[in-house]
Amino acid sequence: MGVLRLEATKKGKEIPVVMVSELDPNFKYEVAKQPGGEGIKRCFACGTCSAGCPIRAIDEKYNPRKIIRMVLLGMKERVLSSDFIWLCSTCYTCYERCPQDVRLVDIMRVLKNMAVKEGYIHPLYKEQMRLINSYGTVYKIENRRRERYGLPPFKSEAKEIEEIFKMTGVDDLLKTKGADKK
Amino acid sequence: MKYAFYLGCITPYRVPQNEISTKRIAKELDIELVDVDGFSCCGFPIKNVSYEAALLSAARNLCLAEEKGLDICTICSACTSTLVEANKELKENKELREKVNEGLTKIGHEFKGSIKVRNFARILYEDIGVDEIKEKVKKDLGSLKLAVHYGCHYLRPSDIYENFDDPENPKSLDELIRAAGAKSVDYEDKKQCCGNVIVGIDPDISWFLAKEKLDHIKTSGADAMTLICPACGTQYDTNQRVIESNFKVTYKLPILYLNQVLGLAFGIEPNELGLNLNRVKTDELLNKIE
Repeated sequence: MGVLRLEATKKGKEIPVVMVSELDPNFKYEVAKQPGGEGIKRCFACGTCSAGCPIRAIDEKYNPRKIIRMVLLGMKERVLSSDFIWLCSTCYTCYERCPQDVRLVDIMRVLKNMAVKEGYIHPLYKEQMRLINSYGTVYKIENRRRERYGLPPFKSEAKEIEEIFKMTGVDDLLKTKGADKK
Repeated sequence: MKYAFYLGCITPYRVPQNEISTKRIAKELDIELVDVDGFSCCGFPIKNVSYEAALLSAARNLCLAEEKGLDICTICSACTSTLVEANKELKENKELREKVNEGLTKIGHEFKGSIKVRNFARILYEDIGVDEIKEKVKKDLGSLKLAVHYGCHYLRPSDIYENFDDPENPKSLDELIRAAGAKSVDYEDKKQCCGNVIVGIDPDISWFLAKEKLDHIKTSGADAMTLICPACGTQYDTNQRVIESNFKVTYKLPILYLNQVLGLAFGIEPNELGLNLNRVKTDELLNKIE
């Protein structure tokens, strides 16, 4: 590590250092407690997830095996505040091939839900929740256009969704204005 | 055969040809699709924010169909997986079901677990079958080479889909277009994801993923791509121009929904299948089969 850091310093690069003081040993248990998060403890780091991941093949900043390692090490703040947790395309390739049935897509969902609770909701999803809260659907459907195509009017139901968002606290996320950490 | 027809959001918003062609094919095959008032978001985007809210939203949609005594037929793969997964979870996990029902009671519903959810393509494959589709063919599509795109959520996670197809080596859609008389061409990375889910998160990665697939299909010599999901369709058809200009390439690759291909084989007029609404023009392709 010493030589590596020396070389990096010569080239003007910074190598991130993980400080033990910033680790939260309970993080993995918090993840494992959530529905869908149970598999995290089964990972034996074979890397099948990263090998088959279409996003990892394009951009190194999304690396499933590394994300699991970070969770197991307790790098809570870095994981939850990161940009990479939002990059899973939910293709389920890793999920299908994992020899330990870790169910990474579900773990990424758990991490995103935890990030939201910590105030790190991605602006895209905040906007989508606002739309779903207003229209019941993620877009405002224009019935005049549907009529032109000979299609019947689309009648969604926003009231009950609004209720669901109230019951589950999603509506609180919509109240904050620009105060998100992201 | 009668189903509660679940449209989702993307189809009514920007891909009417998906709905138009599905309804036309259903009519041809005596499948009754009932429009249900009150269906809302399946819960797929909500999962990113709150699993609990997503599950309640999915369950609420399932309840609406249960109340009509109908199974659900979907035409979006993301909706399919979200609804099928919630249905399975709630049927199998009593504790979860009770918790979700506590919430549903407040909005006047109760999940009973009495219905099934399937994608329209799966219904064609399992219940109508390739033989009946072959019998309906009136027009020869033998000159048409199609590259099938399965997308992700039609097949995966496979543990919710009762092995109706193989997630690593799928064949249902290939068999359906072959039954319609067209040729299915193989191409590199056939099972690859379209990337649409993250287009609003990181467009560079998303476009690149789509570009690679378009490259591979172009190399295969296919006349068009065939798919079933409006999210994939948006990525390759609606956004093909954006991808072309971003990477300075030209594809002009028509993107046909499976039901548009079947409709053409059944001798139905292209406009009745919404082919005039496809973003990438299909005129050349249609001339080829005239």
